[in-house]
Amino acid sequence: MSHAEPKRDPGDVDTAPGHEGRDGHEAAAGIGSYLIGLGLATLLTIVSFFIARTTLVWQPSIPVALAVLAIAQMGVHLVFFLHITTGPDNVNNVMALAFGVLIVFLVIAGSLWIMAHMNHNMMPMDQIMQMQR
Amino acid sequence: MSGLPATAGHGDPDRVGYNGESRARRHMAERAGGLVPKRIIVGYGFWIFLLSDIVMFSAFFATYAVLVGQTAGGPSGRELFDLRSTAIETACLLLSSFACGLASIGAQAHRGSWFYGAMAATFILGAAFIGLEVREFAGLVARGAGPTRSAFLSAFFTLVGCHGLHVSAGLLWLLTMMAQVFAKGYRADILRRILCFGLFWHALDIIWVALFTMVYLMGAAT
Repeated sequence: MSHAEPKRDPGDVDTAPGHEGRDGHEAAAGIGSYLIGLGLATLLTIVSFFIARTTLVWQPSIPVALAVLAIAQMGVHLVFFLHITTGPDNVNNVMALAFGVLIVFLVIAGSLWIMAHMNHNMMPMDQIMQMQR
Repeated sequence: MSGLPATAGHGDPDRVGYNGESRARRHMAERAGGLVPKRIIVGYGFWIFLLSDIVMFSAFFATYAVLVGQTAGGPSGRELFDLRSTAIETACLLLSSFACGLASIGAQAHRGSWFYGAMAATFILGAAFIGLEVREFAGLVARGAGPTRSAFLSAFFTLVGCHGLHVSAGLLWLLTMMAQVFAKGYRADILRRILCFGLFWHALDIIWVALFTMVYLMGAAT
């Protein structure tokens, strides 16, 4: 079976499980997926850098556009580079990802929310300095 | 629960034990000692680790977002960041991620020159990224904008430096994988390590996407 290429892999006796991409056809499909991912990611990156400096659009909309582009590019990376898909063989990976995204959202949004309120409720710094005198 | 269902999808609706594979391949997986191919288990476990790493980064991102305005009279991101350098860094890391994908395909196909070439390209691009980042950090410190200048700069150096440390560790891992393939060949366990390395490298690129958007682009825009 695997002794077709005996040069590189003397210990390669237990090839079978989950071992993919041996023949040229699957390898070509894999490269195609990476190429699509590279193209989309490059496009999104270029648009991000262009939008950051442009004066063509209403300025307050720029951070929102940048956030949307970044999330889109992370999706491209997940699908085409990390191969996280919605297929039935990927349910566990997707569930773990969903949990991770939930925690990330809670940490970032919660921190910003709490710290903004604390800043809002705190006495201005110069008054604190006066009280300490 | 006892025994194996005849067809995947009925007795095991979440397909915990299967990878959507053919029955023949599943049979071989069972014979190899477990219900699931070890490659799937290893990849899943490493994916959990990566997610925990991303959660850790989210804490640094939250810290940065809270402290970004606290410049203590020092320079803000708008004055400090050089978007051209950031764009080159981004291109390096993206192309390096692509090369890493080619390397993992090459490893699975047992093509020596393909694997080594793509891994070398991954390493050179990653090292270029680290070099640019070190140059940027040295320039900031030389301008008096080191991590001790303000809370904003402390958070900036922590966040970006932590990502840089991850990339540096990834470069060491990359060399280790090349050496292991050279010494031991494309054994099943080595291929699983290459799978994990690829996941790690792609995840670093995802974090960099969040990083250049939130730190550099938004910092330069506002």
